[in-house]
Amino acid sequence: MRLIRTVQAALAATLFLAVTACGSSGGDGESSATGLNPPDLKAPTRLGKPEGQVDLIAWAGYVEDGSNDPDADWVSDFEKQTGCQVRSKVAASSDEMVKLMKTGEYDAVSASGDASLRLIASGDAAPVNTDLVPNYQDIFPDLKMQPWNSVDGKAYGIPHGRGANLLMYNTEKVKPAPTSWSAVFDGAFAHKGHVTAYDSPIYIADAALYLKAHRPELKIKDPYALDQKQFDAAVDLLKQQNKNVGEYWSDYLKEVSAFKSGDSVIGTTWQVIANLAASEGAKVKAFVPEEGSTGWSDTWMISSKAKHPTCAYKWLNWIVSPKVNAQVAEYFGEAPANAKACEQTTDKNFCTTYHAADTAYWKRIAFWNTPVEQCLDGRTDVKCVPYAKWVQAWTEIKG
Amino acid sequence: MTATAPAPPAAPAARERPRGTLGRLAGALHRRPRLRLALLLTAPLLWLAVLYLGSLAVLFVSAFWTTNSFTSQVVKVWSTDNLRAVLTTPVYREVIVRSVGVALAVTVLCAVIGFPLAFFTARVAPRRWRPLLVVAVLTPLWASYLVKVYAWRLILSEGGLADWMLRPFGLDGPGYGLPAAVLTLTYLWLPYMILPVHTALAQLPAGLLEASADLGARPARTFRSVVLPLVLPSVGAGSVFTFSLSLGDYITVQIVGGKTQLIGNLVYSNIELNLPMAAALGLVPVVVIVLYLLALRRTGALSSL
Repeated sequence: MRLIRTVQAALAATLFLAVTACGSSGGDGESSATGLNPPDLKAPTRLGKPEGQVDLIAWAGYVEDGSNDPDADWVSDFEKQTGCQVRSKVAASSDEMVKLMKTGEYDAVSASGDASLRLIASGDAAPVNTDLVPNYQDIFPDLKMQPWNSVDGKAYGIPHGRGANLLMYNTEKVKPAPTSWSAVFDGAFAHKGHVTAYDSPIYIADAALYLKAHRPELKIKDPYALDQKQFDAAVDLLKQQNKNVGEYWSDYLKEVSAFKSGDSVIGTTWQVIANLAASEGAKVKAFVPEEGSTGWSDTWMISSKAKHPTCAYKWLNWIVSPKVNAQVAEYFGEAPANAKACEQTTDKNFCTTYHAADTAYWKRIAFWNTPVEQCLDGRTDVKCVPYAKWVQAWTEIKG
Repeated sequence: MTATAPAPPAAPAARERPRGTLGRLAGALHRRPRLRLALLLTAPLLWLAVLYLGSLAVLFVSAFWTTNSFTSQVVKVWSTDNLRAVLTTPVYREVIVRSVGVALAVTVLCAVIGFPLAFFTARVAPRRWRPLLVVAVLTPLWASYLVKVYAWRLILSEGGLADWMLRPFGLDGPGYGLPAAVLTLTYLWLPYMILPVHTALAQLPAGLLEASADLGARPARTFRSVVLPLVLPSVGAGSVFTFSLSLGDYITVQIVGGKTQLIGNLVYSNIELNLPMAAALGLVPVVVIVLYLLALRRTGALSSL
């Protein structure tokens, strides 16, 4: 009995401590940030001596030292040449990247557009002096100074590569061949239970892109800048789509297996998934439908709290150098950012397959961006729906 | 224990040579049983209070915080909005009801499948087979959770084993979705139901069954009036495992559940961007399981855990 009383006392004490602890720290909560007014941080003007180490956050397949695949190794040479030991952490989602960057324990991150603005606004990412990255001059011009990697004419990172979200379909079960995204929206009932979609709030932009073409009265200009009315229309469309969806995918191997077995016959995909599924015998085709598509463009950004800034700059320059950029693009399955990388790929048709230099192709792609209250398309008379609301809506869409 | 304790073992030796610090310490401890108990229990109690209950308390408290909507940093401002949202938002309520429904369905299925199996392993099978059968029931627990769930993904896929087996009857497999998730969870947690029921059945005194038969009861009546009341508490004990494990699971439903969301998926999808909301949602299973345990305590099932 005494033991029970001791436990009760301990429990009460813990609760009391926890409550008082949060009570005392309640005062220093900051006011909520709205829109983009990043803290005024300075980029370095020259580099110091390499610090001997660099801590990176990256998508799987971006920082390979040969331990996963002996043929994929562009880290060892970097370590040899610069003396910077690479320590990398693979992140599974943009949200995880944002969270890891907040710890201040990492020097650089390969952020997609749905994370980059958040990192800039919160002051976790510092401006980048592109003069200190010699290979920056060879980057495709249509990747430089874009809304997701720069603010007010200040660069916040080095473009790494890009890809489009394609429409993939099973050539045996989906006939006639689709030409439009309507195959997964208004016409999705034809494949009820076998439609798939990307499991992330940013997928709402795919619906907005479709509405931009098919419901002109909504006046959608940018699928990442939606006012409440436009946003509700996109959410409604996705709720309709949900009735026909078999499963959502976030893990790309899950999508490969679903297309191989026929559980999914039509839905969004990435080029690398289409290639992988085709190489494993699935009868699939992937393309950019007539409305255009959404896509991603990744940016290497440097932490404002970086402990090894020189090594981080060296890494940024290394990862977009022609040879390495070609290696990583081929390994991951995306279009390289460096124009000279196309001469270095082992598959000579690689850049054609991935449309690396095809400016007209990329004009049809709306790259991932972070929706914020200040409309990204320049409207000032309305407020746009911020990303946090997108996350809530995504939960409701899935039901 | 304290009043009748024998003389300290160090004492005879102490007569020969002067008592060292160690000896004096042992003596002091021996004379103060409460101090002894305190020293013994401090570490485990600290662990229980700080790490276990403490983390629960932190979970509880952080449910009352908010986040900066843009940078998703936790803002330590007291607010009950999250808890209110959990209780009033239709989609959350729907998911909570669905999750509890899945946990109950898995529990019922496990009991219905597990009871006859346990009856066979404990009373019907030849005596020397019984240990082997128990091992056979336990073998699935040796394999990795993910391997088993991915195996079910293959079984339930289009044209997979389930489709192939049901085709002669003109039926299709369940495909991915809520039924698939219930089926897979039932498979995963079945051993946790069989084991306690098996133990209770094995310990059932044979004399009781004979007495029942001597008094003229048929097997069905013996089962209903003798076996079931004695074994039901252990079904309740097994259900604690199946219910709580199902309620907390979010990986199985991601792999075989199609587009279904359960409470764990909501916690997972909020954890990066809105930690306080995730905490508020995480309180739901805690509350549900506490209620379940309280309900079970009334039946006396907890004493057979």
